[in-house]
Amino acid sequence: MTTETLAPFDPLAAAISAVDGGPDAASTTEAPTPVASPADDGQVATKDLLIIDYSGDLEKVWATMILASTSAAMGVKTRVFVTFWGLQVFVKDSKRITGENWMQRMLSAMQRPGISHRKLSKMNFLGMGPWMMGRLAKQYGVASPKELLEAAQAMGVEFIPCQMTMDMFGLKPEDMIEGMGEPAGAATVIGLMTENSTPLFI
Amino acid sequence: MPVVEITQKVDARGLSCPMPIVKIAQAVKPLPSGAVVELLATDGGSIKDVAAWCRATGHELIEQTSDGVVYHFVIRRK
Repeated sequence: MTTETLAPFDPLAAAISAVDGGPDAASTTEAPTPVASPADDGQVATKDLLIIDYSGDLEKVWATMILASTSAAMGVKTRVFVTFWGLQVFVKDSKRITGENWMQRMLSAMQRPGISHRKLSKMNFLGMGPWMMGRLAKQYGVASPKELLEAAQAMGVEFIPCQMTMDMFGLKPEDMIEGMGEPAGAATVIGLMTENSTPLFI
Repeated sequence: MPVVEITQKVDARGLSCPMPIVKIAQAVKPLPSGAVVELLATDGGSIKDVAAWCRATGHELIEQTSDGVVYHFVIRRK
């Protein structure tokens, strides 16, 4: 093994040399060094991706699902931390009212949870906007956020709910869709960001 | 041109980004190394995307043709 990653590894320098086709480029891209992700395919050494899904808006959820499913398809270990309005996306579609006290219940009533009930951040027009988007998506063969979520889950994307937001909205594990990861907090997110994940805040 | 035996066909015609990539990734995953998969797509972005996917995953794009409407890719699994 000639290309062991040493402790003071500089990812920027590695990236530059890979782009430049420098002396390191061949060893980092060609040789299948089993340094990273022994996980599934034994892919080329690559960074993980961490998407923070903060928004519950249809267009942003769509972007999250497109990137998460594509990233997993490209063999990148992908995690999505779902928090605040983003958490509403991962409540079961069948749930109408969630929460324990009247404020939590009222919040869920004002913004229906579930991935199939997302609103656009603009041009929503009482659901006209999302309806037209749905029609157009079908016409142009664009997968819906729900289909992309299912594909992402099938390819091993890990969806991590924010414990604090779950508590604040009064959401229980049984309110959430199947296959959610273990709830976690900000320290987990920062830990992943500073270790090996490219972070993306949506 | 050497004859390659296609192990599996993936029809992603009519599907937009990112579904051709998602479909091919899911199809390739359970196959043994060296298996050859054919992908049909109509998404114009797939020309660049399939190449990028192959670069990222290490699978080999052995053939790429188009009749102007349908893009045809042949990929050998890593």
